Amino acid sequence: MATAAETIALPAESDSDSGIWSWITTVDHKRIGTLYAITGFIFFLVGGFEALLIRAQLAVPNGTVIDASLFNQLFGVHALTMIFLAVMPMGAGFFNYMIPLMIGARDVAFPRLNALSYWIFLFGALLLSSSFLFGGAPDSGWFAYAPLTSEQFSPGHNMDFYVLGILMLGVSSMAAALNFAVTIINMRAPGMTMMRLPVFVWMTLVISFLLILALPPLTVALLQLLFDRHYTTHFLDPNGGGDPLLWQHLFWTFGHPEVYVLILPAMGIVSETLPVFSKKPLFGYRAIVFSGMAIGFLGWAVWAHHMYTTGLGPVQRSIFAGTTMTIGIPTGIKIFNWLATMYGGSIRFTTSMYFAVAFLATFTIGGISGVMHASPPIDTQQQDTYWIVAHIHYVLMGGAVMGIFSGIYYWFPKMTGRFLDEGLGKLHFWLFFIGINMTFFPMHFLGTAGMPRRIYTYDSGLGWDFWNMFATIGSLVITVALLVFILNFFRSMRTEQNAPNNPWDAPGLEWATTSPPPEHDFDVIPEVRDRDPLWYDRDNGHTPAEPVSGTHIHLPPPSYYPILMALGTLLLAVGPMTHLAITALGIPVIIYSIWGWALEPTD
Amino acid sequence: MARPLGLANSAKHRWDDEFIGDSQVHLNRRVSRRILFGILPFLAIFVAACSDGMTTTDPQSDFTETVHGVYVIVTILAAIVFVGVLALVLIFAIAFRERPGREARQFHGSTRLEIVWTIIPVAIVAIIAVPTFFAIADTTDPPPDNAIMIEVTGHQWWFEFNYAGEDLITANEIHIPTGQPVAFQLESDDVIHSFWVPQLVGKVDLVPGHTNDVWFTANDDAARSEAYLGQCAEFCGLSHANMRFRVFVDTPDDYRAWIAAQKADRTAPSTDALIGGEELFLAGACIGCHTVNGTAAAGRIGPDLSHFGGRETLAAGMMENSRENLIAWISNPESEKPGVVLMPAFENQMTPEQIESVADYLLSLQ
Repeated sequence: MATAAETIALPAESDSDSGIWSWITTVDHKRIGTLYAITGFIFFLVGGFEALLIRAQLAVPNGTVIDASLFNQLFGVHALTMIFLAVMPMGAGFFNYMIPLMIGARDVAFPRLNALSYWIFLFGALLLSSSFLFGGAPDSGWFAYAPLTSEQFSPGHNMDFYVLGILMLGVSSMAAALNFAVTIINMRAPGMTMMRLPVFVWMTLVISFLLILALPPLTVALLQLLFDRHYTTHFLDPNGGGDPLLWQHLFWTFGHPEVYVLILPAMGIVSETLPVFSKKPLFGYRAIVFSGMAIGFLGWAVWAHHMYTTGLGPVQRSIFAGTTMTIGIPTGIKIFNWLATMYGGSIRFTTSMYFAVAFLATFTIGGISGVMHASPPIDTQQQDTYWIVAHIHYVLMGGAVMGIFSGIYYWFPKMTGRFLDEGLGKLHFWLFFIGINMTFFPMHFLGTAGMPRRIYTYDSGLGWDFWNMFATIGSLVITVALLVFILNFFRSMRTEQNAPNNPWDAPGLEWATTSPPPEHDFDVIPEVRDRDPLWYDRDNGHTPAEPVSGTHIHLPPPSYYPILMALGTLLLAVGPMTHLAITALGIPVIIYSIWGWALEPTD
Repeated sequence: MARPLGLANSAKHRWDDEFIGDSQVHLNRRVSRRILFGILPFLAIFVAACSDGMTTTDPQSDFTETVHGVYVIVTILAAIVFVGVLALVLIFAIAFRERPGREARQFHGSTRLEIVWTIIPVAIVAIIAVPTFFAIADTTDPPPDNAIMIEVTGHQWWFEFNYAGEDLITANEIHIPTGQPVAFQLESDDVIHSFWVPQLVGKVDLVPGHTNDVWFTANDDAARSEAYLGQCAEFCGLSHANMRFRVFVDTPDDYRAWIAAQKADRTAPSTDALIGGEELFLAGACIGCHTVNGTAAAGRIGPDLSHFGGRETLAAGMMENSRENLIAWISNPESEKPGVVLMPAFENQMTPEQIESVADYLLSLQ
């Protein structure tokens, strides 16, 4: 760094500036990534708390911990929180922070748009969550099937918070997806060809396109619902010539690709960590990348498998059964390639590797149970039972979250310059691993014993009592695991910043710079000569180029227009459920922000 | 394991084949034994769960037997795949852990292997798909002509059953015969519900604006005095959890007797107390929503009560149809079943004695 500081002209704003204003106006992808990750983790805890209340109510038959109304809010908001406010943002935290570093760039393509994505996400998340304080949270599940969501059956503001909150989150995701698609395609360092991109970057590219294409149908559905509720249209109203099944088709056209938006980043992360800790290159890189793309493509042709019981004819059922089962093929290919990556290696069992290896086992359970109810006849017995709850939690907790924890332990030294404690990390892992299996595996038994999901109470004598109590105890074990992780985090943040550039001897470009990276990421943009650049350079004696004296590095200056525009968007959203004057107030705020944004000097 | 898998040429890497080969055999045996013992207790409980009322693994009709046939094939395949992957994860994790003197072998992939493990999932999917397609055809074909037709209407939160051609309407509890197809026409009066009797028929949704249908034939040995339990399976609002129903499978003779009894007018009150109860019932708000055949009560909003006393349960399968529960229900339904607001709390309109009298009358309607 000493050399760099002397020879490179750095922008006026630098790392030393850490006041609150600097965070509000930041356009640095690393800071935005940090904000995403921390916000996402806080909402992960909120969603977890909601789950604990649900498990407390269901621990015994005829539970009396919470009432029907609160339960029905909690199971829907738990899903919304975990999907939109926790797992997606934690994934976004990683790709914001890591992708410019991994492709050898100094920032994303549109840094201010990146800040806008975060602030709209934050305000949308707060709007959605504030529903608990203002009369009641969305109480029709995250899927919000019409016509239960109509003004007639849901007269309160509950579903307005849902519509408007999700619309805001959609704007945020759309901006982020476009930003990262452009960044990945256009901002790669010299030599970083598409087929040298790290798999995590590839998976982010795939989910960016999934989001770009999946959010419009969701937006259409949400606007139809908004207009049905407030402006006398009848898109979803069977008594006015509309059709409630229209909602299901639109929602699942978004909803199924959305599941891949949640899981593909985790697949990307383990594709980074498995090779590093096996000390060998990823097996079948091309197969893994193309499988990821195949999953993305097929994800568009399977939405009706959520609707087997709605009265689809035999032809539709057969087609969607076929397409859905087909997704098992690229998924299986990926799992075999990851296994082959471990084969012949010299595996360092760091905490990150524990999570990656456990991912292979637990995600496989979720994958297999998914193929099982891809069969429509089987689904007529499993649909809307705890079997499906088991499936989705093995995919999301055993898959997405498992992968995210692998990534946290892996990239933590890069992001903070500090190590998480390995002892506490392994305790965290074992408690988490045991906890999720205790909680979610018995749900297969509950589903097989016919327990419907989304019921706030059940009678004794149906064979459900034991496993419900067991699952509730498991959820407490997960809670302890997360407490251990939080303890680990805070202990680590008090230690010295002594992480070297590349503590794991990893091959990716992000490990070529300091830990944590300087604001401008790289003193010199690295040149990429292989798919595993740092290993290639190490083995072939290439040393990083020295910065040329007097180089000027251009970084965008901080800007308050993104947060201002996000505030304007919040006003737009609050209007329909309070007074349209507030929406009208939001419009000039947005126009002013765009104006200022466009004319803002960039140097 | 190293050789049969045929991974990239290992000649130029350090590799202790003999050691790995040996430990592999040993590991394989130990791991598989551990897996077996791990799974056994789960299997035991899995099987034990089959005796319960909502079980999906004890089929009692042609429909559920078809589904179960596919389920068994798929479950066995799934278990094999899972145990296989888990075994490989464990074996690789143990066999290739970092140890002094071990160097990771550097190889990038193998086209031959990629082809092999593309074919494996393709084969598995094909094996699952074929019985699936046959079962789809079997579970969606139109009902035969001799089927008993029952129209089902979903309401928040109870099921209305109309035996078409029999002029018989009832709620939440139905009887069907063994050996004869029963076809259900499913509609909804408000939001989406789902019709499901795990031992007899898989889920089919009740969608407002649509008519769905499904049919099945209960097995000849399915007749029993205990009901088959059903429950709404699509979230339908506040009391979704309390939207249950019962299907009694009778012998053909018992079924015909039940139909005849249900089609008859209500049992006329036989004592002064019951006559008083009927008068209270007919004078109150009850008849705005409920029907009792043979009286002036002809409301269609709530469940038909003509033979209410013959039902096992109250409030859509929520509780036993006892005098005590019925009195509590009439007094204040919403406190018993969240969200029930169409039926008023009669404790505000009647004295406790009057409510008891109405309850006795309703229970006399066998």
